[in-house]
Amino acid sequence: MNQSTFTLIQNTPLTASVHELKLRGDCSAITVPGQFVQVSLPGKFLRRPFSVCDWTEDTLTLCVQRNGSGTEALCSLPAGTELDLLTGLGNGYSTRHVTPIPLLVGGGSGVGALYSLAKHLCDRGKVVTAALCFRTAADVYYVNQFKAIDAQVYVYTEDGSMGEQGNALDALELTHSQLFACGPLGMLAALDANEELDAQLSLEARMGCGFGACMGCTIETADGPRRVCADGPVFPGGVITW
Amino acid sequence: MVNTNVTLCGLELANPVIPASGTFGYGLEFAKLYDINCLGSFSCKGTTLEPRFGNPTPRIAEGNAGMLNSVGLQNPGVDAVIAEEFPKLAQVFRKPILANVCGFSVEEYVAVARKFDACDQVGWLELNISCPNVHGGGMGFGTSCDSAAEVTAAVKAVTKKPLIVKLTPNVTDIVSIAKACEEAGADAISLINTVLAMRIDLKTRKPVLRNITGGLSGPAVFPLALRMVWQVYEAVQIPILGLGGVSTSEDVIEMMLSGATAVGVGAANLRDPFACKRIIEQLPAVMERYGITDLKSIIGGAHHG
Ligand SMILES: Cc1cc2nc3c(=O)[nH]c(=O)nc-3n(C[C@H](O)[C@H](O)[C@H](O)COP(=O)(O)OP(=O)(O)OC[C@H]3O[C@@H](n4cnc5c(N)ncnc54)[C@H](O)[C@@H]3O)c2cc1C
Ligand SMILES: Cc1cc2nc3c(=O)[nH]c(=O)nc-3n(C[C@H](O)[C@H](O)[C@H](O)COP(=O)(O)O)c2cc1C
Ligand code: FES
Repeated sequence: MNQSTFTLIQNTPLTASVHELKLRGDCSAITVPGQFVQVSLPGKFLRRPFSVCDWTEDTLTLCVQRNGSGTEALCSLPAGTELDLLTGLGNGYSTRHVTPIPLLVGGGSGVGALYSLAKHLCDRGKVVTAALCFRTAADVYYVNQFKAIDAQVYVYTEDGSMGEQGNALDALELTHSQLFACGPLGMLAALDANEELDAQLSLEARMGCGFGACMGCTIETADGPRRVCADGPVFPGGVITW
Repeated sequence: MVNTNVTLCGLELANPVIPASGTFGYGLEFAKLYDINCLGSFSCKGTTLEPRFGNPTPRIAEGNAGMLNSVGLQNPGVDAVIAEEFPKLAQVFRKPILANVCGFSVEEYVAVARKFDACDQVGWLELNISCPNVHGGGMGFGTSCDSAAEVTAAVKAVTKKPLIVKLTPNVTDIVSIAKACEEAGADAISLINTVLAMRIDLKTRKPVLRNITGGLSGPAVFPLALRMVWQVYEAVQIPILGLGGVSTSEDVIEMMLSGATAVGVGAANLRDPFACKRIIEQLPAVMERYGITDLKSIIGGAHHG
């Protein structure tokens, strides 16, 4: 984990509620797709956790969905703003043993969070199927980003206004392969109900620290209590007590 | 050169800064970030006899200039702490620590205290009779003079180590409880634990915390903690470990002027993992700015003259 100052270099609205933020700063602590950062915001005591959507040595991309006063403030910050970040948090996805045609399922603000994983797997010659699930057409983002790295993209909307009508569960019909998923807890729990799946699920939790000190984010698992921030946020399928 | 040494119940500290229980785990997360031997000491996570998951989540909420938690004493139980956490801690921390003793009955407090009493790494027992997040125990003992005195005396009888009793601010008269603990044999008082509080989510119109209520801490409670340290200092002879909202070297000095011998830092560690290191590094310069050469000379300094 690192603590350092980042400078916002670009703040682009992708939809009415999701912004892509590009920041410049030291990303040396970020090592694995699926890790997250904690952003300190003026006037907020607790930092806000966001998944790393993409990173290089010195640039970081976040996709931030307006969800409350902190994310509202973050989405309206002008380029040039300096932000204090903790980087390199969480375990990230394990990519040691990945089948040739992995399935990535993202829901809502979890879609962007799968991008660096998709990129990493495509780079390694995997045929990545990316199922991007949204409520409605107006919420859809990042489709072109996934296409640009040659992922096979399937868009699902609950109301059928774009792509297939359906949700994350319908995406399971695409391939019976290894699953990587990030999205709302309800979506993850529904996916995890499919016992035979080889899955890695990235969870969200309210966090006090983000680095394992406060026990605020604990979930119950088959192996005992685990901290989402430090033992996760990625957990294997079949272990979480929902 | 300034002198930051203080003495807490006969044990010398290189400086008064002590990360507060529940915000520093068993030290290991922070030892990865900096050499935690710069600390005066630290107080480990509240520990019960049996393992506890704690309360259901969500158990963290934002406060104005602070945070709420309803963790509810998640810990692996005293035997696992001694067998697994302490040996790991010994690799990274050479100083005696405060063992934060929790329980749901006098017998449980005594049983946990006995086990910690046998550990060389433990310098002090910090008796947590103030946790607002557990039902039927914890804060219950800290809200009446009789039960506070009863558990203090029972634990004092089974330990040779200095006994610090940690008080809750959620009472009508903190002074009488502090005095009851002193009379029952406490060697020091620590205060404050968190302030009972809650938040409501406007979107769901439901409390944010599954437990409904939680404990508020962080900068928001600093003036309240300072006032309580002041009042208790006036009433007892034993030293005070002052905490609640401390996040800068200036806060440390203010807390000491109010009557604290040592100063705890809690929520600040969660927001800024380097908070204690920063406070300790900046302390000499801030002391010089206020004309302080010997830190212990200012303890309770605001009460005199
Ligand atoms: C590991 C992780 C990765 C995440 N990645 C992303 C991401 O890539 N993009 C994105 O848009 N969002 C992401 N989130 C969710 C994001 O952290 C919350 O939407 C954000 O903290 C809300 O802050 P707020 O001030 O707008 O809301 P408020 O409701 O005002 O926040 C109050 C408190 O609740 C917490 N909180 C509220 N909602 C959530 C939530 N869903 N998850 C965790 N804490 C919450 C806040 O952090 C804050 O402490 C992630 C969460 C986690 C835990
Ligand atoms: C997440 C969290 C967990 C805590 N757990 C404990 C605990 O186990 N035992 C205890 O005595 N106090 C516990 N506390 C209280 C703190 O030690 C401290 O008394 C309080 O937070 C006030 O200090 P602060 O404002 O600097 O945080 C906890 C506080 C927080 C924020
Ligand atoms: S948020 Fe503090 S332990 Fe996970």
